[in-house]
Amino acid sequence: MAKTIAEINEKIRKGKAVVVTAEEVIDIAKEKGVRKAAEEIDVVTTGTFGPMCSSGAFLNIGHSKPRIKLGGGKVYLNDIPVYTGIAAVDIFIGVNALPDDDPRNKFYPGEFNYGGGHVIQELIAGKDIILTATAYGTDCYPRKKLETLINIKDINEAILFDVRNAYQNYNVAVNLSDKVRYTYMGVLKPNLGNANYCSAGQLSPLLNDPYYKTIGVGTKLFLGGGIGYVAWHGTQHNPTALRGDNGVPRRGAGTLAVIGDLKQMKPEWLVGTSMLGYGCTLTVGIGVPIPILSEEILRYTIVSDADILAPIVDYSEAYPQREPDIVGEVSYAELKSGNIKVQGKDVPTASLSSYPKAVEIANILKKWIENGEFLLTEPVAPLPGVESGITSKPLKERPIVG
Amino acid sequence: MNVSRRIVLHFPPNMTGQPVVCRLVKDFGLTFNILKASISPGQEGLMVLELSGEQKNYDKGVKYLTETGIEIQSLSQDVVRDETKCTHCGACITICPTEAFSLEPRTRKVLFDHNKCVVCGLCVKACPPRAMIVYF
Ligand code: SF4
Ligand code: SF4
Repeated sequence: MAKTIAEINEKIRKGKAVVVTAEEVIDIAKEKGVRKAAEEIDVVTTGTFGPMCSSGAFLNIGHSKPRIKLGGGKVYLNDIPVYTGIAAVDIFIGVNALPDDDPRNKFYPGEFNYGGGHVIQELIAGKDIILTATAYGTDCYPRKKLETLINIKDINEAILFDVRNAYQNYNVAVNLSDKVRYTYMGVLKPNLGNANYCSAGQLSPLLNDPYYKTIGVGTKLFLGGGIGYVAWHGTQHNPTALRGDNGVPRRGAGTLAVIGDLKQMKPEWLVGTSMLGYGCTLTVGIGVPIPILSEEILRYTIVSDADILAPIVDYSEAYPQREPDIVGEVSYAELKSGNIKVQGKDVPTASLSSYPKAVEIANILKKWIENGEFLLTEPVAPLPGVESGITSKPLKERPIVG
Repeated sequence: MNVSRRIVLHFPPNMTGQPVVCRLVKDFGLTFNILKASISPGQEGLMVLELSGEQKNYDKGVKYLTETGIEIQSLSQDVVRDETKCTHCGACITICPTEAFSLEPRTRKVLFDHNKCVVCGLCVKACPPRAMIVYF
């Protein structure tokens, strides 16, 4: 019964494609059986909406008159420093960037109310952003100072580029110490006071395609309310992570680097985010369609929260010290019940990624495909899989001699 | 004149083992109702009290509490949720000492019960998109 992406696209064009979300497919397959479900369903849509720290945006602001070379100079957007290491008027704003005068953790825990992620959200919302720049001046770019408002509708390009998104599974963070810990996994209360997780579980893109059989470089996707593409495998892509019998990674494994036109995106799907005592970031909405090319592919998409295990990691000691120990393993079904047992103690759970928003994203993508507005792409290159032997390496520090 | 107010006590770690609240009764003739407490020995603690008594005794009691190093916050403020900002992540659920947040099981949306909120403010900075807002 194998289908091709071209055949599925033909059905999408005719408005005849059968599209379901990665949540809906679980019950459909239970009811109809995997074979029948695979025959009937053309596309399964996934979604995730969580803080994604490796995000940022390239902006080309256009040339001023007289010209200024921002490259090598200093540029701020709403007081947030941006990267100027490239060309004359291309800048890169990273979501973790903070104002120079932000007290950081000097007053612990720092609040981190405004950073690069917030600028990106305001930019997409159509707000004017204050750009201030100083440059060293050259014969061809004489200007040394620039202060202006910029707006997303006037600048040339605005490109979201996230080098590591949509982590395939992730740690569950707990705190074994007797002090509150402020982490990128949220506020962790002492003595196993809570457990925070951050994955959409059964709806998460790469957990529905554990061996990257359909998602590859060039895969078109929902990104921040607009359209984006998989640009590459994400940084720290770790396909060789421990996997269960069902093929699903039991540790953080694959990641995606994604790219898309910021001008199409919406502020409700790229949300400036503050992690108390940790820093600023951006919460990003991503949804990836999975073409049901065979029964095997469908089988992967019916993975449910009960089948996905995540490692419980102590963020007071093991994580900061890069110790490999885990406190235990737990399924997303257990996590979502609101309570898990860790070392014999009942621990309340909370999520940092929004499941209702992940459902909404999977449904928006489903609508786009059903309406014939979104065609699927054939990957132009696969993501490195288990056979690549790639593992995410730690840093080996070496003394600097001479 | 009798007064009755809701206050939040923030105990520093070295104070959590001490019987301060009992002294409010014994020394100042106040009555109290503990609405919520989360204290464990050797850690920072938090207690929400409804404290009642004669105005002048009430003032003395509060003065005594302040002198012990306890930080007192009155509950004349209000905390509300900006529904346009809340992403329903759930990070607040385990932070709130009065369980004002709960998960709607079917949609997994995070419900906020304003009536349960004692305005301790803990969720305000713990909410990643800063959807919880304090009004003074
Ligand atoms: S932490 Fe904030 S955004 Fe998340 S559910 Fe609670 S109020 Fe909403
Ligand atoms: S301020 Fe926030 S944390 Fe405190 S009681 Fe109200 S809802 Fe709960």
